[in-house]
Amino acid sequence: MALSVLDFEKPIAELDANIAELKRISEEEGIDRSADIEELERHRDDLIAQIFANLTPWDKTLLARHPNRPYSLDYIRTIFDDFVELHGDRLFADDNAIVGGWAFLDGNPVMVIGNQKGRDLKERQFRNFGSSKPEGYRKALRLMHMAEKFGRPIITLVDTPAADCSFGAEERGISEAIARNMMEMSLLKVPVIVAVLGEGGSGGALAIAVGDRILMQENAVYSVIPPEGCAAILSEFQRDPARAPDAAAALKITAEHALEHKLIDEIIPEPVGGAHRNYEGAAKFVKEAISRHLAELEKVSTKKLVEHRYNKFRQMGVYAETQCENG
Amino acid sequence: MSLDGWIHRKSKAAGKAARKHLDALPDGLWTKCPKCGEILFSKELEKNLMVCNKCSYHFKLASPQRLEVTVDDGSFVEMDAGLSTVNTLEFPQYDAKIQKLTAASGLNDGMVTGTATIGGYPVVIGVADFRFLAGSMGSVYGEKVTRLFEKGLAEKLPVLIVNCSGGARMQEGLLSLMQMAKTSAAAGKFGEAGLMYIALFTDPTMAGVHASFAMLADVIIAEPGALIGLAGQRVAAQAQVMKEPPGYRLSEWQQDHGMVDMVLPRREIKDTLVKLLAAGSHGGSHGA
Ligand SMILES: [Zn+2]
Repeated sequence: MALSVLDFEKPIAELDANIAELKRISEEEGIDRSADIEELERHRDDLIAQIFANLTPWDKTLLARHPNRPYSLDYIRTIFDDFVELHGDRLFADDNAIVGGWAFLDGNPVMVIGNQKGRDLKERQFRNFGSSKPEGYRKALRLMHMAEKFGRPIITLVDTPAADCSFGAEERGISEAIARNMMEMSLLKVPVIVAVLGEGGSGGALAIAVGDRILMQENAVYSVIPPEGCAAILSEFQRDPARAPDAAAALKITAEHALEHKLIDEIIPEPVGGAHRNYEGAAKFVKEAISRHLAELEKVSTKKLVEHRYNKFRQMGVYAETQCENG
Repeated sequence: MSLDGWIHRKSKAAGKAARKHLDALPDGLWTKCPKCGEILFSKELEKNLMVCNKCSYHFKLASPQRLEVTVDDGSFVEMDAGLSTVNTLEFPQYDAKIQKLTAASGLNDGMVTGTATIGGYPVVIGVADFRFLAGSMGSVYGEKVTRLFEKGLAEKLPVLIVNCSGGARMQEGLLSLMQMAKTSAAAGKFGEAGLMYIALFTDPTMAGVHASFAMLADVIIAEPGALIGLAGQRVAAQAQVMKEPPGYRLSEWQQDHGMVDMVLPRREIKDTLVKLLAAGSHGGSHGA
């Protein structure tokens, strides 16, 4: 995989290169330079800590979209065993921007569903850049109902820039597909755990993100609109997409903000320097969080589960209220 | 409210001036149709329920106008009027915008809800008002829609929602997005109780509103020529490789694609609502 480096990652990448070079030389020359290497590595980790302690919401947007960030299938391969992918919505087509199927979490069967992005250009096109059409959401719903039929929990992995809104998607009712998924998910009689792993792109994300637990990775973003789109529309940002960093800050799209507003339950930590620097480590954190919440949810009765899920979304929102005569 | 209150009227002198400068004074005694350009006598236009008698363009209705043409006279009782916006995100210029809109419209939000009767059938009704930040859905909007379904559920009444919205409200960020899930869940719970939910789509019914509770109605009626879809026009234009076909995503196109039950001229909507309510009402004076 070609390594991509964000601007703010460049000093880290330089140190990485130096460390690699030093390791190569010491191996070639047969001289032990481990003390130098260790010092450089410490220096690098300090630098990472320093850079990552000061990330702006826009920096996090770039991290969430990082071309090297692990995608759903990377997590599925690491976290679960014996994934059996299922295809198609039984109505129109299969959508490669959403993957799903049976898998085993520490031996226990679960239904796992995730948005899927592509790595290289060809794969990106195949995955439609992670943007689902109605058939993707309808496939997801078919699999969720299958899980419900067999009384198995559902785990969804969210990472999409947005729903597809091309002619064909509108023609086949993309809005209906999103709306129906949210409604049906609110009624599911099995536990649903949602993990936002990259981009939580508006309704396209929410269509697989109504659950009993909403977890969000440290550097993931979740937004009502992409910052570029917001900046392009609002005069507050001179209708200039280049003001996206300001829009990202105003929209409060980070995991911390989502937690503060009680819209998610927990922030999943990422390895030092972000999930893309350590897939295994990232997956380990995600697995730990999912397993722990699943164990909790399995103790809850079906009736309570559905009731709590309704109440969970019911309380989302902030408003003031004064009594009116006709209230 | 009276029909006279629909449109802000100019003085007699201004009316005379309007005849001289018709384009400059569109909302006085005379009104220019934005679609065909016809100059319409405002009183006639009102009598025609704000539909152009030349090209059938359906003017946008503010929430009081919409209630006037939809529910039985004097039957509307507003609920939850005391809900108002909090700028939790401290989004730039949001407070000022809300204050200005409230002062201009007398509304606290772009969703007005209450109870009413239609042809004698009691309903819980929500009406969107485009004047208020393009009828966009934030926390107040979502809470009002949710309470509307809960009221219908508690009193076993059908729900009617008249949509006119650009989508989720950007200024409340993720809180706005979550209103999609919240209202859809409320619609789901309401539907499970076997109660009827009717939606009227007017121009425009878009994005976060369209892709949530709006599309979950049992019966969807659209006014002619309304723009209905997921992506705003700006985003849609970017997404299209080809040029949009004529009528793309308008009511008639949506009907052709199976996404709305019927497209009805404004004048025919109330009669149809009464028939639907007769079929779907529980309880109440006419209920099963
Ligand atoms: Zn006209």
